[in-house]
Amino acid sequence: MAISKEEVIHIAKLACLNLSEQEIEGYTKDMQEILEFANMINDVNTEGLNETIAANEKCNVLRKDEVRNFGNRELLLQNAPSQDEGMFRIPKVLN
Amino acid sequence: MAREDYEIVIGLEVHCELSTKTKIFCSCSTEFGGEPNTHCCPICMAMPGTLPVLNEKVVEYAVKAGLATNCSIEKNSKNDRKNYFYPDNPKSYQISQFDKPLCYDGHVTIETEDGEKEIRIERIHIEEDAGKLNHDEYGRGSFVDLNRAGVPLIEVVSKPDMRSAKEVEAYMRKLKSIFEYIEISDCKMQEGSLRADVNVSVRKKGAAEFGTRTEMKNMNSFRSIVRAIDYEADRQIELIEAGEKVVQETLRWDDVSGRTFSMRDKEDAQDYRYFPEPDLVALKVSDEYIENIRKSLPELPESRRKRYIEEYELTEKAANFVTGSKYYSILFEESIKVCNNPKTVGNLIMSDIARILNEREEEPEDLKFGGAELGELVTLIDKGTISSAIAKKVLEELFNEVKMPSKIIEEKGWVQISDEGAIKEVVMKVLENNPQSIADYKAGKDKALGFLVGQAMKETRGKANPQMLNKMFLDELNK
Repeated sequence: MAISKEEVIHIAKLACLNLSEQEIEGYTKDMQEILEFANMINDVNTEGLNETIAANEKCNVLRKDEVRNFGNRELLLQNAPSQDEGMFRIPKVLN
Repeated sequence: MAREDYEIVIGLEVHCELSTKTKIFCSCSTEFGGEPNTHCCPICMAMPGTLPVLNEKVVEYAVKAGLATNCSIEKNSKNDRKNYFYPDNPKSYQISQFDKPLCYDGHVTIETEDGEKEIRIERIHIEEDAGKLNHDEYGRGSFVDLNRAGVPLIEVVSKPDMRSAKEVEAYMRKLKSIFEYIEISDCKMQEGSLRADVNVSVRKKGAAEFGTRTEMKNMNSFRSIVRAIDYEADRQIELIEAGEKVVQETLRWDDVSGRTFSMRDKEDAQDYRYFPEPDLVALKVSDEYIENIRKSLPELPESRRKRYIEEYELTEKAANFVTGSKYYSILFEESIKVCNNPKTVGNLIMSDIARILNEREEEPEDLKFGGAELGELVTLIDKGTISSAIAKKVLEELFNEVKMPSKIIEEKGWVQISDEGAIKEVVMKVLENNPQSIADYKAGKDKALGFLVGQAMKETRGKANPQMLNKMFLDELNK
């Protein structure tokens, strides 16, 4: 299994990362190693087993539909680099 | 351009906000229109270390929607993570469903000019809504309000089974009406609780393959959807006729200019890297659970429609119309309890009430008066207290202020004149002023009678009893 430079560039774009030429080379090598490590899983015989959905066997962990408001906007916004009128202020997004 | 040589193919992804009290993965209120970021908590704001817990009502409502649209229910379901970056999405992923949607393989029936048509539903899955971005006029930036982030949605994905804007409207109206009947959403399009992504392609009639499609996102009015489809189909046909190619892309419909604009280029081909949501466990639905929900469903529009035709002898057209909205249907059933005249109630809803709503640019759910008022109005017509011309005026009044119709006609002095002496007086006066009409009538022109009755109605400002007028004119003219 080999990962191409183009794939790294594509993934970087999806992750909104700007990588230098040098970084792309580094990541290509690193990701190749990670993939090879993960490739071990392909040696396991999984015949007759269902897909694992979660890390444990539990299912249907559900909540009642009852409102409990957090009620502290200041606390939620306290780490925002910029805010205005109770909202996160961010660079202008064109729509 | 030979538009009639082409077939338009349309598929819809309808997003519907569920009317649960709380969000899908946390206990924040879903109420619309609160102060920014006041219906938020560390979970829906995606603070590190928080974990989602699924709202049981979301599962119930989605299964309801599935059963009401003839879907199969997935007994081994799960949630998946859909990755994308946008500032209205604080986690940088949306928890949605990928390969095991809760409901699949359903259909709804729509009424078209060529009769009934089945629109297949590929799947219905549950997911969370995104927040809202506000922009100011001074370009100081954008402002993020996450009240809507985490509000539960179902996404209803149709097969590309629609062939015209009209069919799309009929399909959307049908979904809206079903979801209103089963009370899983308020379906308010203007508040965005019902919106659609519209996929349009065109192909030469008889072609086996579909053409390249474009997608218009977040359409939230019937009018825009119809206009946008017509525009987009024309644009694609023009491209093809000019020997060019339709590019698969996401478009934005602009209501003001009546055009579509490209939103993303092809390079950014969507790649969401779905994987099973590790913060949630599996979702298993038992047969018993499904059957209990099936039993709890109210009577759906399809069955009501048949019942109205059989039990109340409504015309097919009236029955379709009245059951097309839960609010019309309730108004109808409440009214006939009062007046026991389903035909007239059905006709008033289909003609006058629908027309006035349309003029006011309102929807059936905006109706302020109910069965008590409409029922009494029909009783007053039936008793001859008012004419149907006056009834229309009373309806207009009901839209302005809810009052009992008997009170309105009393206040306005609109009681029908059924007093023989008073009517005779008017008839004699009209005859005296229109000798030519008398001569015309005697010469065999029956139309003259209609003219005379019309004059008498004008004279009494619509209040004279038309049957009495007719009879009295005839009596006088045939003397």
